[in-house]
Amino acid sequence: MNDLEKYTLRIADSALILSHRLSEWCSRGPSLEEDIALSNISLDLLGQANSLLEYCSKINGQTTADGLAFKRNEREFYNFQICELENGHFGDTIIRQFLFDSYTSLFFKKLSDSEDETLSAIALKSIKEINYHLRHSSNWVVRLGDGTELSNEKIQKSLNNIWKYTGEFFEMDELDNKMLANKIGVDNKELKKDWDNITNETFQKAKLVRPNDGHMMTGSKKGIHTENLGKILSVMQYIPRAYPNAKW
Amino acid sequence: MGNGLEMLPKPMLKNKTKMSNAATVWEVFIQSKNGLAHKHVGNVHAEDKEMALQNARDLYTRRNEGSCIWVVKSEHIVSSVPEDEESFFDPSNDKVYRHPTFYNLPDGAKHI
Repeated sequence: MNDLEKYTLRIADSALILSHRLSEWCSRGPSLEEDIALSNISLDLLGQANSLLEYCSKINGQTTADGLAFKRNEREFYNFQICELENGHFGDTIIRQFLFDSYTSLFFKKLSDSEDETLSAIALKSIKEINYHLRHSSNWVVRLGDGTELSNEKIQKSLNNIWKYTGEFFEMDELDNKMLANKIGVDNKELKKDWDNITNETFQKAKLVRPNDGHMMTGSKKGIHTENLGKILSVMQYIPRAYPNAKW
Repeated sequence: MGNGLEMLPKPMLKNKTKMSNAATVWEVFIQSKNGLAHKHVGNVHAEDKEMALQNARDLYTRRNEGSCIWVVKSEHIVSSVPEDEESFFDPSNDKVYRHPTFYNLPDGAKHI
């Protein structure tokens, strides 16, 4: 796999896996309106994943976007671990979404300056969607954090539990450095300051306490995942694997 | 096992009852193009104005319907009641001169 393909695949996988997680809310949202909102966000992410996987398959030449989504095993996925975490209760999902949205809003903004025209175009298109997602999730963080004593307690707990998965956003490995040097990739470390500002502003409005950066989970850049990813793939890939080449 | 709801985790069930009981109803108006009037399209449930706007966007503009959305709390809408229908609307029935049917339209005039 060449560098550009792998770099693109990482971005695609996070969108794909989080999209799948959000799709699990379909028909189970706390209200009809919220059910549709979460499904909409899920579909947006699926669209982003699709564009990126199409690009990967074009670079690769041997496979298709579907092939990449449905025929790879756990260790061949490079999504952030935060994207595969269980939905939990609504507050857990909202916190996960907020941390991810605030990161991707910054990441795609930088990626839109990429000298790779396709990545830049996909980033530009995605930013509009992500800004909307961020508005949705940050409003909910404030609503729950600054809601009742119980809702504040619950979402603070969600935040504390998930915090250790945010370290991966800002990692730079050999491939990242190479792509950055080629003016294709993004300097993830550089995003940290803006991300801290965005998240702090929302935490303050939401009366939430920012957790300390303690031990951070890592590994997704090498295809190492939590136990959740295997379970996701067994559902997501079941039909294409059981009935190869099935058509609608 | 009954209606399947007991299979959902407890907090979700609690949320469900709470939301559907407490959420306010908002009326949604959408302007399809700049310059046209906002048209009533339906309503949404929401806890506050940002949420009402977002829910309206998600529910009513999925197919590129609009360029602007208004949301108004339903309780702020003042409506005439069905009992008033006669006194409100009947008197205009026999006043045909209020309709512009007594003019000869010039050939060039369109859209009237």
